[in-house]
Amino acid sequence: MTDFWRRNRSWLWPVIFILPAAVLFGVVIVWSSVQTLWISLHSWDGMGPMKWVGLGNYVELFQDPQFYVSLTNNVIWLVLFMLAPPIGLGIALLVNQKIAGMRFAKSLFFTPLVLASVAVGVVFTWVYTPQFGLLSLVYGAFGAAAPAVLSDPNAVTFAVVGAALWPQIAFCMILYLAGLNSLSEDLIGAGRVDGARGWRMLVHVILPQLKEVTFIAIAITAIGALRSFDLVSVMTQGGPFGSSSVLAYDMYRESIFSYRFGYGAAIAAVLFIIMLFFIVWYISRLIKAEREA
Amino acid sequence: MYPRPIQEDARGRRFAYMAIVWGILIIWLAPMFAIMLTSVRTASDIAAGNFWGVPTSIGLIANYTDVFTQTPMAGFYLNSILMTVPSVIMVLILSTLAGFVLSRYRFRGNMLVFAIFIGGNFLPAQIMMIPVRNLMVALGVYDSIFALIIFHTAFQTGFATLFMRNFIAALPSELFEAARAEGASPTQVLRHVVLPLVRPALAALAILIFTFVWNDYFWAVVLTVSDTAKPVTAGLAQLRGQYYSAWNILSAATIVVAIPPVALFYFMQRHFVAGLTMGAVKG
Repeated sequence: MTDFWRRNRSWLWPVIFILPAAVLFGVVIVWSSVQTLWISLHSWDGMGPMKWVGLGNYVELFQDPQFYVSLTNNVIWLVLFMLAPPIGLGIALLVNQKIAGMRFAKSLFFTPLVLASVAVGVVFTWVYTPQFGLLSLVYGAFGAAAPAVLSDPNAVTFAVVGAALWPQIAFCMILYLAGLNSLSEDLIGAGRVDGARGWRMLVHVILPQLKEVTFIAIAITAIGALRSFDLVSVMTQGGPFGSSSVLAYDMYRESIFSYRFGYGAAIAAVLFIIMLFFIVWYISRLIKAEREA
Repeated sequence: MYPRPIQEDARGRRFAYMAIVWGILIIWLAPMFAIMLTSVRTASDIAAGNFWGVPTSIGLIANYTDVFTQTPMAGFYLNSILMTVPSVIMVLILSTLAGFVLSRYRFRGNMLVFAIFIGGNFLPAQIMMIPVRNLMVALGVYDSIFALIIFHTAFQTGFATLFMRNFIAALPSELFEAARAEGASPTQVLRHVVLPLVRPALAALAILIFTFVWNDYFWAVVLTVSDTAKPVTAGLAQLRGQYYSAWNILSAATIVVAIPPVALFYFMQRHFVAGLTMGAVKG
């Protein structure tokens, strides 16, 4: 035994090192995710025996009007979230100056990113309160009464996305600031010699150099939009009447409140398949970059 | 530099520029200021609808004391600390070990393991919710902070391993070749080469993981139901239901929940930003 150990320890140690992380991640994260796909083919209340229903849950899901409401909301999230990278870039350009006090200003711009999403949800619920919130103050300045955005089925999703954009913009801003700090001075100098300034400089010289950052910002923002759950749960609980729900929240509600674990698993599976597109896109580019390096 | 730096002797332009920056910043943080202002108002001001005028009296101490004495927030706070600190420590240990192996040992499937660690990190939480909940019930830890510690350690290890792997891969390979030439065992390389060099990465990672775990809301509501186990995020959501008209208490509670990650961020901003951009995979 000791002899075996001595001869093989050069590869046994690495195996021992990686095992705890691999086993824990493999069992809790990967295996659980796979199991959900299996559960989605059953009818199950979470306690009794599981009953095989094949694709029944999916058939029911595709006939459920709520599914299309939530899916549409997910698309609204995805489209509006694409405002985060350009606005983040805008703020990054604004604060990328070395002036006294700018460092402090930068860190204040970052703040929404480190706030708990529940805190962001409570803050914006307060902002949107019709009688006395911050929004009513703005409307009041124009002599108008503020609409109750969180109880208006047509406005509610936009209001929730507005809250979610706050930290997302801060995140994109951090990425772009790092990108702006690693620009090639030679290319900028050459651009200036050629007479490029302002907007044309940005489009033709700066943005091409920020391609990698832009890719990361867009991919992560897209994944974040599809994962949205916290703010919907805190601000509206999917209401009024399911009009602000998203797939992630539907899944939670069907499983935890209605004990329809099989149906919930089917919603999770559909969400996963939609996200898979972005995840695979992101990872394949990461690995390609890794191979080239 | 882009945009072109404003010249140092252009005093007036620099001043005007900063004035614009601060103006935008005030709009940017207005929701935060509003909640801070509300958190120092008295209940009678709130009842009278005085949200924006001059406070008739300051309720700062009363409100923040009430959050800890009149609501279960003190218990939630303790739960959050007891959940977050062990999770961070475990993640740092597991990810340093795994990152070391993935970056310095060639073996078949290395890239696959690495891709799984990254990919798992992007999965929607819902895809693993039901089995994770069942697992915690089976382990007898459901509705306790141990369920949260186990889950967060497992989940954050994915991101952290990617992070540590990239950091260790960027260390000069001469160090590792020299150690190998001297016949150092993997444990010796880990202790004498890796550990002294990864300290800055561990600092950055610790702050990021602390923030992610402290701020988590989804798993807090999925894995805990009773007040004795709930962390602050689930606790704040619960208070929002109970104190929906006491905006002064709710605002103070929100600030209290937000403070640890924000304070950590301000004290160690350099590490935080470096970590986030180095990892650059976390939503």
